Amino acid sequence: TLVFSKDFSVAHPSIGVCFPHKNKSTMSGSSNLAAMKKIVQQLRFEASINRLKVSQAAADLQQFCIQNAVQDPLLTGVSSSTNPFRPQKVCSFL
Amino acid sequence: MCDQTFMAATFGPCDSCGKTGPLMNIYIKNEPVNYCSFCVEVMAYRGLQKGETLETLRQESDTLKKKLEEERGKLNDVELHQVAEKIEVVGALSIKTRRVLKGHGNKVLCMDWCKDKRRLVSSSQDGKVIVWDGFTLNKENGVSLPCTWVMACAYAPSGCAVALGDGLDNKCSVIPLSLDKNENLATKKKSVAMHTNYVSGCTFTSSDMQILTSSGDGSCALWDVESGQLLQSFHGHTADVLSLDLSPSETGNTFVSGGCDKKSCVWDMRSGQNIQTFENHESDINCVKYYPSGDAFASASDDATCRLYDLRADREVAIYQKDSIIFGASSVDFSLSGRLLFAGYNDYSINVWDVLKVTRVSILFGHENRISRVCVSPDGTALCSASWDHTLRIWA
Repeated sequence: TLVFSKDFSVAHPSIGVCFPHKNKSTMSGSSNLAAMKKIVQQLRFEASINRLKVSQAAADLQQFCIQNAVQDPLLTGVSSSTNPFRPQKVCSFL
Repeated sequence: MCDQTFMAATFGPCDSCGKTGPLMNIYIKNEPVNYCSFCVEVMAYRGLQKGETLETLRQESDTLKKKLEEERGKLNDVELHQVAEKIEVVGALSIKTRRVLKGHGNKVLCMDWCKDKRRLVSSSQDGKVIVWDGFTLNKENGVSLPCTWVMACAYAPSGCAVALGDGLDNKCSVIPLSLDKNENLATKKKSVAMHTNYVSGCTFTSSDMQILTSSGDGSCALWDVESGQLLQSFHGHTADVLSLDLSPSETGNTFVSGGCDKKSCVWDMRSGQNIQTFENHESDINCVKYYPSGDAFASASDDATCRLYDLRADREVAIYQKDSIIFGASSVDFSLSGRLLFAGYNDYSINVWDVLKVTRVSILFGHENRISRVCVSPDGTALCSASWDHTLRIWA
């Protein structure tokens, strides 16, 4: 049997939903041929890519952090004089 | 042949055989066509290699999935936090609320910083889009839109326009900003993108000329702003796409997307090819964000965890979670060096994670309702958070 579904993107304020209705099954099931063929093609592609060891990749991520740490205002806590969002120290004339 | 149950969005004559009936909306070489389910199957049979059947394809799919897992597993020689054992612990952070932006009349759903590091745009469920000066709290521009779900907003790289994603009319529009406060900007709204379901995310690419959108219809798309033409579409998610982020790397022409199918996908913008897919989360992925070097990305999910994926190792390398955190994470962003990960949660707090040591450094309290978005300013001096409590906060 065929199922027809309405497009439920209109809000229902009574339910208090934030998003328009999330559709969990927009695509047809993978038991049909076209979808299966696509899945296999995609997997063949993904299986063939080159990968690094985690130790190497993690070392590079760490290296990037360390190299840029000094310039990271939220990490180092930049003083008021250089951070426009922090309150300026008030100076008064004597 | 017994027909497959599917959601039919249209009904009419098939583009291939002409028979009237429920139609599947598919893309052939980026062109949208409507075929009846029979013609779709016929096309698939014609595309089969010698000896391939549904059964052999299914078996191959299972073998490939296992092989993928094995390959990824072989390279997992150490944990990220182990590599980071020798580096210094993050010092105590002195991050506090420095500004509270009041003015929206309903939940603030999205915000984005301008490249000038002081202006920001925010959109709300009351249909209002406001451009603020972050330093002075001055409201520079305001647009009132007829729809009530501006779920996504983005600042153009030039600072001269903003893009808005609509949850009701499924479009993404661009509005040029004007220095004249009295000008009615709503009349200058120009529709660029058209999806068949809500637009959940939008961003300009490297210039004001192209926009990338993600949608509840399960696809992402690249559009030319001037002509409104669809340049490339990206299909592969099997449910709503909730978020996308463009690679910060100058040579990268890729972007990452995450959605309700619990998957995050990396895409090649030019070819439309899905390069990598990650399936680790246990619930909807609400937000994805690239690490500043472009070699990794983080995702925030309703399963109360945030995860870090390294693109060159092709796997998940860290999970940011705690037993005491039980509410979903809605948004994430990295600090400038990538050492800190700011994550907004549905329990009204923002957790600050040490990306390398995989520990929580701090919690930022202040909002009185769910956090919908967190975004670090372009020069890293401040973090802006948008919330369902109708306000935005700037933390520094």
